[in-house]
Amino acid sequence: MSSDEANVGAGVDRMVGAEPVPGSAKSDPILVADGVRRSFGGLTAVDVEHVEVQRGTITALIGPNGAGKSTLFNLLTGFDRVDRGRWTFEGRAINGKRGHQVARAGMVRTFQLTKALTRMTVLDNMLLGAPGQFGERMAGAFLRPVWQRQERENTARALVLLERFKLIDKRDDMAGSLSGGQRKLLEMARSLMTDPSMIMLDEPMAGVNPALVQSLLGHITALRDEGKTVLFVEHDMDVIMGISDWIVVLAQGRVIAEGRPSDIRADQQVIDAYLGAQEETVETQGSGE
Amino acid sequence: MDILSILAESTRSAFGPIAAIYALAAIGLNIHFGYTGLLNFGQVGFMLVGAYGVGISVAVFDLPLAAGFGVGLLCALVLALLLGIPTLRLRADYLSITTIAAAEVIRLVYRAGFAEPLTGGAFGLQNLSADFRTLNPFDAGERYGFGLLAYNGNHLWVLVVTWGLVAVMAGLTWLLMHSPWGRVIKGIREDEDAVRSLGKNVFAYKMQALVLGGLIGSLAGCMLAVYQASIQPDQFKPQVTFFLWVILLLGGAGRVFGPVLGAMAFWFLMTFTDGVLQGMGALGWLPFLDGPDYGAIQLAFAGLMLVVLIVFRPQGLIGDRKEMLVNVK
Repeated sequence: MSSDEANVGAGVDRMVGAEPVPGSAKSDPILVADGVRRSFGGLTAVDVEHVEVQRGTITALIGPNGAGKSTLFNLLTGFDRVDRGRWTFEGRAINGKRGHQVARAGMVRTFQLTKALTRMTVLDNMLLGAPGQFGERMAGAFLRPVWQRQERENTARALVLLERFKLIDKRDDMAGSLSGGQRKLLEMARSLMTDPSMIMLDEPMAGVNPALVQSLLGHITALRDEGKTVLFVEHDMDVIMGISDWIVVLAQGRVIAEGRPSDIRADQQVIDAYLGAQEETVETQGSGE
Repeated sequence: MDILSILAESTRSAFGPIAAIYALAAIGLNIHFGYTGLLNFGQVGFMLVGAYGVGISVAVFDLPLAAGFGVGLLCALVLALLLGIPTLRLRADYLSITTIAAAEVIRLVYRAGFAEPLTGGAFGLQNLSADFRTLNPFDAGERYGFGLLAYNGNHLWVLVVTWGLVAVMAGLTWLLMHSPWGRVIKGIREDEDAVRSLGKNVFAYKMQALVLGGLIGSLAGCMLAVYQASIQPDQFKPQVTFFLWVILLLGGAGRVFGPVLGAMAFWFLMTFTDGVLQGMGALGWLPFLDGPDYGAIQLAFAGLMLVVLIVFRPQGLIGDRKEMLVNVK
């Protein structure tokens, strides 16, 4: 595939002026991280010098198993503590903030193992995402007339999102009765209830029926097209090359390459570190059978 | 063996003050486990600090009963904070380990020699219900009710107040759990990371639930002190917590009336098995057992009934089977 074909999938180039080198500066970064480091015992899982994520784009984070993608995700979203490093989101420093504070700042995440709240209805799952609910305060809970108005507004918003994610018929079902792919959709829809400016998707395609992959991809590009920033971890190379505006390659905790899909496909270092390693794994698995 | 009188006695205990006190404590445990998913294996510790709050205030410092309730609730608040602050950020297991140990340590401290000036040591405290009885609108000398469900004035007063508290706390639970606050709480039970990722301060919610359930447990302890007019530390052994768990699972965890029905069913079964064993013993059918052995057999029998119930009705008496069997992961 030539670089032209890759750009057809991504539409226009949203990364104007960005150099395809590790730690390259972006014209309008929403997230800027510096010197982020996390080690477990003697093993350095993440050691990122500098990385920027351009606003309003789909950025993929790729790398071989154990490269530190999920750890970096957890660090940036406040679900794990860094050893050192700082990062800003929309110009404000958010390092050291805890998970819920990061989410409130507008950076919402999903999980590799989908976390649908199984013994709650789909609609309740959605309503949980709505921010600033008066009735979520313990004392406020008793003032039913006060929070009911807010509840109606949130429900209306949730129903619009459920309609869009084709879960509207399931709204009163327990989330545990949904299929794996529907749970991914629910998780994505639920995260949108927080009204985020940036969405972090941890392997959104993992465990999803191939028939649903296209629909999920459609939803992800739609998010970008309405101005949200998407950062996602993924393994499926076709998916990554098809929808990403920019790709950041991680290996052994470091950013080894950055660039448009066409740059990454041609990068010898990436082929050695990632694609090559993957082929080796496949071969080993093949010979093991 | 008069089976009718055993049944009547069992019914009486299902509506009795002890059942009401256990129902109250189990409502607290229901908020912990049934709704929030907190594994509290030390609910008896909250009952203990509540009972001794009343006991020490009334018997040692001669304070009014209301002050005793205040002290009991305050102690429960402090206990909940002490248990929660170090453990609620960690995995669920840590709270359960800490609560089971703390409840037992508290009992041992309250019964220790050095604490005797305050707690009365192993003998406990007496004469705790004078204030409560002066408030009694019923005539202490008269019997109210009908047949075997008749109570004297003092007992009726305890019954009315304790079941009244049960009703109020069940109502409070209903209001909370049908609000957005309750939705967050139930979300935490399902998966706290998911709730955290949606911008909710999970630690604060868990702490609120721990405190609330603990306060309700301590209220049960306060009523125990008032009902018995005396308290001993050895009433607060770990088995009380496990009775509360049986009650909760029997009735249905995560249901407003689960703990209430559970407590009534539990005390009905306990009294029933006890009556049947005593009756069989009196008829000479249990030659291999001495009187004191009945207690152990009774517990085993109650356990067997529980096993049967769990096998055939795992959701408890009023739980939702559909919800229970939903694919969890």
